[in-house]
Amino acid sequence: MSLLEIKNLTVEFRTANGPFRAVDSVDMTVTAGELVAIVGESGSGKSVSMLAMMGLLPWTANITADKMEFDGKDLLRMSPKERRKIIGKDVSMIFQEPMSSLNPCYTVGFQIKEVLRQHTDLTRAERQARAVELMEQVGIPDPAKRLNVFPHQLSGGMSQRVMIAMALACKPKLLIADEPTTALDVTIQAQILDLLIDLQKTEGMALILITHDMGVVAETVERVNVQYAGQRVEQQEVNALFSNPHHPYTAALLAALPERATGRHLPTIPGVVPGQFDRPQGCLFSPRCEFADDHCRTKPPVAAGPELGKALCHRPLQQGVPQDQKEVSA
Amino acid sequence: MLSFLLRRLLTFVPTFFGVTVVSFLFIRLLPGDPILLLAGERGVGEERYAELIKQFGFDQPIWKQYLDYLWGVMQGDLGNSFVTKKPVVTEFFALFPATLELSICAIILAIVVGIPAGVIAAVNRGKFFDQALMTGALIGYSMPIFWWALLLIIVFSSGLGWTPVSGRISFLYFFDEATGFMLIDSLLSGQKGAFASAVSHLILPTIVLATIPLAVIARQTRSAMLEVLGEDYVRTAKAKGLSPLRVNGQHALRNALIPVVTVIGLLVGTLLAGAILTETIFSWPGIGKWMVDSIFRRDYQVVQGGLLLIASIIMIVNLTVDLLYGWINPKIRKG
Repeated sequence: MSLLEIKNLTVEFRTANGPFRAVDSVDMTVTAGELVAIVGESGSGKSVSMLAMMGLLPWTANITADKMEFDGKDLLRMSPKERRKIIGKDVSMIFQEPMSSLNPCYTVGFQIKEVLRQHTDLTRAERQARAVELMEQVGIPDPAKRLNVFPHQLSGGMSQRVMIAMALACKPKLLIADEPTTALDVTIQAQILDLLIDLQKTEGMALILITHDMGVVAETVERVNVQYAGQRVEQQEVNALFSNPHHPYTAALLAALPERATGRHLPTIPGVVPGQFDRPQGCLFSPRCEFADDHCRTKPPVAAGPELGKALCHRPLQQGVPQDQKEVSA
Repeated sequence: MLSFLLRRLLTFVPTFFGVTVVSFLFIRLLPGDPILLLAGERGVGEERYAELIKQFGFDQPIWKQYLDYLWGVMQGDLGNSFVTKKPVVTEFFALFPATLELSICAIILAIVVGIPAGVIAAVNRGKFFDQALMTGALIGYSMPIFWWALLLIIVFSSGLGWTPVSGRISFLYFFDEATGFMLIDSLLSGQKGAFASAVSHLILPTIVLATIPLAVIARQTRSAMLEVLGEDYVRTAKAKGLSPLRVNGQHALRNALIPVVTVIGLLVGTLLAGAILTETIFSWPGIGKWMVDSIFRRDYQVVQGGLLLIASIIMIVNLTVDLLYGWINPKIRKG
């Protein structure tokens, strides 16, 4: 049974200029203990879809879905109070900016123990012991002493370790890491990623890694969701994805990896992710796609079968060659 | 921490001297002759006038007068009132508890109502409560205080008869001042009904005096909260599954408190400096009324001494606020 199952999730933000669709009919399944990545450029709705699942979006967000279940519990029909019993306990999340994600007014220890106080019946002494244990687990030296420091006394990497300790406090079944290494130094990035992967294995929890770093994905992840402009455009096992991407966007992302560059210039994807006012009529990627034709520009594509990575494309690639799907989808 | 405290105390020295200069000069810049005012309608003979000038030291050059005054201040002597002949310090501390009692009650009311109101408004931004509260705050802030006080007296005192019109306690009760705080003294007296009477006398002045601070605190809390609610750590708190009360009232509010504490400090300063209108309307025997009367009488010693004492108290309040910053946000403690 899948741990997390999301079907047809759409998130629209009410703005002064009308609704803005940040997530567009996204499906996602995660099984227990699995490591999944969501990849895509900034603005492709990766974080928003996960924040929607956690119930952390502001009230201007309008969330609809056919199905949103965690561990057999229906998140759509759940009251905020019931949801609060799950989040922070069975699902937890760490964020992009560890330094600003910790409250400057409270000690690190307080912020870790607070989760335990909220979700467990542990006594004061037990909470203290568990907090020390957690700090040790995330590799913070001298944990008992460090519990008394304030966030501003920690480096970025240390702050992220504290965030991870906080997220792990109640032994969650699912941890969502929203670009956990973006704000950190490159050397620290690797440490934090290794720590996350390590913990995922030892704790047996599922991990969703939101990232725009294909390099990270290649090294660590089992299954990849590629998101573009709020839509999931492809889903594949990591090896297959790297060897044979089916969506032109995935292919372009991979081509932009420095390791794969062959020429003097690093290949890029021209243009930017469409916003509220320049949303294309047909395929959302068509303005930037090297394979797009008129059909692509006028008609929204339908997802291909699993053999083509469920690619949301009229002309999904097979070994880099577009396969016309027109007849099938028309 | 100790060195911070000492450094702050050291800055008191120039401020204190500045205040002595300003208060000394301010009252002397006002037109009007204290001796003529003291003499009243009957006037005073030339001989006697010269005698009095000499007695009060007004024949000396102004810098000499100032140095004499300063010398007195250094020895803890702020001089005697021209009018009552009593030491300024004695008069001040006889009246100050009344002002302090009223100010404390007013600021407590303003904080206890204003901060939660601001938090709730920020959390429900743009909704009915928010708009109602902000409108109310604007009205409260811009309402003439004397008019508001009279309105309350008309409705609750003379109309409904719920509260007394003025004073600190009913004439039925009489007891010695132990602390100068009517609420405490009335309790200590053990007389039946005395405390209730003191409370009922406090209600309207407290509401009147709290109105503007309440509006200011509510608005400041709201805007500070709005800023903080978008912060990453508030999202983290939510992601922990904490209740809205904890997320908003603990994680967000603590961070929003810095600007709120700043305005509270300023408000406390102005309240202690004497809520002149409120004290006058409710015949509240505090220092606000005393200072105004003294200015009209050109009672030089009282005005300069009173100003100095009030300024000292405000300096202490400001120091307390600075110490509070560090307690609220540990990041400031290091800076």
